[in-house]
Amino acid sequence: MMLIIDLCWKKDSLSSLEFVNPVKRIVEGEHQPFIIKHFLELNEKDLVAADKIIMCGTALKDNEFRKHLSRFSWLRKHDKPVLGICAGMQIIGLIYGTRMFDCKELGMWKIMTKKENIFFSGVFQAYELHGSAIRTNDNFEVLAKSSRCVQMIKHKNKHIYGVSFHPEIRNETVIKKFLGI
Amino acid sequence: MRLGVLFSGGKDSTLALVKAMEKEDVVCLITLRSKNPESYMFHTPNISIAKLQAEAIGLPLIEKETLGEKEKELVELKEAISEARKKHKIDGVVTGAVESAYQSERVQKICDELGLWCFNPLWKADQEALLRETVSLGFKTMISGVFAYPLDKSWLGRIIDEKTISELVLMRDKHRISPTGEGGEIETTVLDAPFFRKKIEVIDSQIAWDKNSGVFVIKNARIVDR
Repeated sequence: MMLIIDLCWKKDSLSSLEFVNPVKRIVEGEHQPFIIKHFLELNEKDLVAADKIIMCGTALKDNEFRKHLSRFSWLRKHDKPVLGICAGMQIIGLIYGTRMFDCKELGMWKIMTKKENIFFSGVFQAYELHGSAIRTNDNFEVLAKSSRCVQMIKHKNKHIYGVSFHPEIRNETVIKKFLGI
Repeated sequence: MRLGVLFSGGKDSTLALVKAMEKEDVVCLITLRSKNPESYMFHTPNISIAKLQAEAIGLPLIEKETLGEKEKELVELKEAISEARKKHKIDGVVTGAVESAYQSERVQKICDELGLWCFNPLWKADQEALLRETVSLGFKTMISGVFAYPLDKSWLGRIIDEKTISELVLMRDKHRISPTGEGGEIETTVLDAPFFRKKIEVIDSQIAWDKNSGVFVIKNARIVDR
């Protein structure tokens, strides 16, 4: 069972149509069973039942999730695949001790692959919508960068990935490949 | 949250309005009336009836005229959104963008500069499903512009129903046009919907046709009881 986590500032928000639904459509298209849970309603049972987890992005002004970081401490012990998109990547980084800095990227940006991986290769365009980025640390390897910040990371020992751009917008294969892990 | 909806009077912005009204407090509509029929950002046929539509819906309208020059129209859009913020104290803006990263990026930037939230409730949604949703919600949507072969004059003025959608879907499969007009193939004008307080009645119209494209020009219209 795929668990899709809605990170928007409240349950059933107007933003969830924009950040959760496009991910849901891709998962549905791949015929994978899934459930959607808002992060404030997430419980131990959901995490145990999930064989993979996607944490979706939020609106540019929505950083509410950062006030609830303790709700994501399960990520430290989690050993099943996780993909954090934008806000989801920030949470993964913060839980594993990375620092944040202001880095605004809106719209289509050039992304450069830094390490061979299953998701993409070479230089490509991706849709960005973020005001901050993470400074990676020893827990992660960097898979891709833009000219300004890290764009995709992988935990060195786990299938935990963070992606700064929005793969659900122009790079759906990233999500599809994740579903195939 | 108090929201202003970027409103062209077409099916997408009207559907975005419905979705925003379900979740938050929509306090005004914002329209840019582009003089350029090939505007990069804004739906253009019959945009002049947006004022009547706003009245029929029962929401105040912030309306600005633009020459529709690339990038300059964004300055005008920013002015219109600023005015909405000042007059109606909006916290955010809603758009009917479905696929266009160009459109979305630019509105996101303007909202960011003005410190406003930006919402795109139709973003990346299935286009055929969106079209069917407008019919199931009871929208009376007229095709007011066609801009791609094999859409011809006979489509202008048609009200979108299930039959129309099936025909458009067939055309998508055969000619690769977007059934919702996301690539600019079709423009629409919503004349009535269940949440409207009044409806639009077209009194006088004219079909303007040029080679492979045309517009159903509403020359005169009024609002009447539903």
